Amino acid sequence: MSGPSTKIYVFKVFERFWHWSQAGLIIFLLLTGFEIHGVYENFGFKTAVHHHIVAAWTLVGLWVFAIFWHLTSGEWKQYIPTLKKVDAMIKFYLTGIFTNAPHPFRATTLKKHNPLQRLAYLGVLLFISPMIWISGWCYIFYGNWKAWGWDQYLSLEWVAFFHTMAAFMMLVFLIAHLYLTTAGHTPTSHIKAMLTGWEEVDAEETP
Amino acid sequence: MATLTVAGTLALWNAAASDAPAAEAKDGPAAVQKRQPDSLELRAARTTADHGKFEALQQDFKSGPEVTKACLSCHTEAGKQLLKTKHWQWEWRNPENNQLLGKRHVINNFCTATASNEAFCAACHIGYGMKDKNFDFTNEENVDCLVCHDTTGDYKKLPGLAGHPAYQQMEYPPKSGRQVPGVDLQDIAQRVGVTTRASCGACHFLGGGGDAVKHGDLDTSLKNPKRYLDVHMDANGLNFSCGTCHATEGHNIPGSRYTPTGKDAVAHHIRGKVDSSNPTTCQSCHGLKPHSDDSIITAKLNEHTDKIACQTCHIPQFARGGKPTKMTWDWSTAGRLKDGKPFKLKDSAGHDSYATIKGSFTYEADVIPEYQWINGKVKYTLLGDPVNTDGVTEINHYFGSAEDGLSRIWPVKVFRGKQPYDLETKSLLVPHTAVAYGESDSSAFWTNFKWEAALKAGSDYVGRPFGGKFDFVATSMTWPITHMVAPKEDALSCTQCHSKSGRLQGVSGIYMPGRDSTGWLDAIGWLAALGTLIGVLGHGALRIYMARKAG
Repeated sequence: MSGPSTKIYVFKVFERFWHWSQAGLIIFLLLTGFEIHGVYENFGFKTAVHHHIVAAWTLVGLWVFAIFWHLTSGEWKQYIPTLKKVDAMIKFYLTGIFTNAPHPFRATTLKKHNPLQRLAYLGVLLFISPMIWISGWCYIFYGNWKAWGWDQYLSLEWVAFFHTMAAFMMLVFLIAHLYLTTAGHTPTSHIKAMLTGWEEVDAEETP
Repeated sequence: MATLTVAGTLALWNAAASDAPAAEAKDGPAAVQKRQPDSLELRAARTTADHGKFEALQQDFKSGPEVTKACLSCHTEAGKQLLKTKHWQWEWRNPENNQLLGKRHVINNFCTATASNEAFCAACHIGYGMKDKNFDFTNEENVDCLVCHDTTGDYKKLPGLAGHPAYQQMEYPPKSGRQVPGVDLQDIAQRVGVTTRASCGACHFLGGGGDAVKHGDLDTSLKNPKRYLDVHMDANGLNFSCGTCHATEGHNIPGSRYTPTGKDAVAHHIRGKVDSSNPTTCQSCHGLKPHSDDSIITAKLNEHTDKIACQTCHIPQFARGGKPTKMTWDWSTAGRLKDGKPFKLKDSAGHDSYATIKGSFTYEADVIPEYQWINGKVKYTLLGDPVNTDGVTEINHYFGSAEDGLSRIWPVKVFRGKQPYDLETKSLLVPHTAVAYGESDSSAFWTNFKWEAALKAGSDYVGRPFGGKFDFVATSMTWPITHMVAPKEDALSCTQCHSKSGRLQGVSGIYMPGRDSTGWLDAIGWLAALGTLIGVLGHGALRIYMARKAG
């Protein structure tokens, strides 16, 4: 599946730092979170809770920077959804990828995500993450519910429900995302891009 | 018949005497040595009054009431204060539900009831002369000052003497051949002081007929506890007396199982601030945020205080002092005779597992409590109240729920037993068990082992009909656990509750991470994750296969 290729610079330094630290934190939060949920035992409940809260706040801090970066750099536009070529992408993953067909989307510095990525990441950003953040904050600030009057509207059971649901969604996303990193020009080109910034893409047919 | 009574009273006396120097009990007064008075400095540091110098106490007292008279000659209002107390009245009306409680009225599942047995039970009444229901509760000269204010440990009230100690050497229990020395009233009176763990414990450690039997969190191991047993009463540390928490004014001692505070909404009690709330709660000193807010975990612990009583984590077990507490008592097996005589059986640890006079028991030490919501309201099954013949009758029921906002989850000792009830009235029965010293009474169970006679006598005494038809009903009695507070390093760990089969497994109304989950959500979540994994692995395998084929 590797035809003629060329290299373009897609991921800037901050973006790569953000991605990998976020990846590490999310995996760590999944591990500690499912331990707190009683799925398995590793750190022990107390330590898992401690680490989960520390990692959560670290991720919040990271997000503050990321949001600022996206807004000031204009990179937020990368997540504007489009349905154009979505069908072509789906068709590619279902058939073309097996026959070494050309990738229907060609990343550029201005458009680094394919249409399915845009939709998936937007889903993570606008749906899964808010659900995790909001339910997580409700958890963290449980001790203040009464003082803030939240106790009339919230129950820990529902907070836990949405937090757990979002965690499962994030887990599903993570599995699919990890796999799709191998679906670039070559199996490692996406991963290399996120490490070095330079992505190997199909050579343009008509320059 | 009198020798049979010995078996009954011996157990109680043994328990009461277990802390006295053994030589005194065995050898009589000859072996009693007069105590050396405390050093002057020590006494001066404690009090402004040396009772040894009081003229009123330079008497050869012949009886307890004579001592009381002398006490009241200075402490003119003390008697009036005491006449109002539960300790004296043995009667208290619960304003919540108008139930008449107190030892005169409650039927428990230990020795069951005081009615008709007063001469015996009055060993733990703060008075002299309660030999029956005609006791004069208005005579302040019958208040027993010494039983609470004795500092010598020598003052013992004996079951059967209607609240009196032995004034002269006497054979006790009757016909036992054992001699008990008379108490030195003058010496004891001259050395009175504030109450101590030992003086309160003289009754409260021995409730239910012996050391550690009743409460589970109160026994003689608390006389001089080490830090691990009770972090506050630690004799070499904070050395709290009972009164440190049960902060008392006017002899009216606060903190009672009849009116527990399920959830103290008032933070620290502050000097000078008018505050009528219960001073015995943990919060009254430690406030509503007892842990430091500096660390993530301790701040999280503070968030537990709205639902979890301090005791739940900080008293990991009760009966932790090496003295096992009684956990069950089956009266239905009582009365069996061996060769026409009452007998006892011991368990492997040497504790009674059977006694003809009382039935079958089990003892346990280091007991893991049961847990329940408690909001402070409590209802008793009293004389005349219907029993639950299909299941367990609750001697007392502590109310509480996750929803009422007044409850927290408490550790409790649940004492289970079987005791007689009337098949016709479906009500608990009062057995006439014990007799006064030197008396013999053919209807008393501990003398004759005949249920019908004992239940008839008890019923007659309390003015209830009894047609002779009775059976035994399963009962339970709940005791909130609040003493034997462990040091923080011995408190429960998170996982002991936050796990699938943890301590709070049976407590409903709360969501606990680690214990609870929404089953179908987890099922769908794991299926989705697994499905995605299988999907991508299949997709990848197909890619590899096709690439090789194209190869």
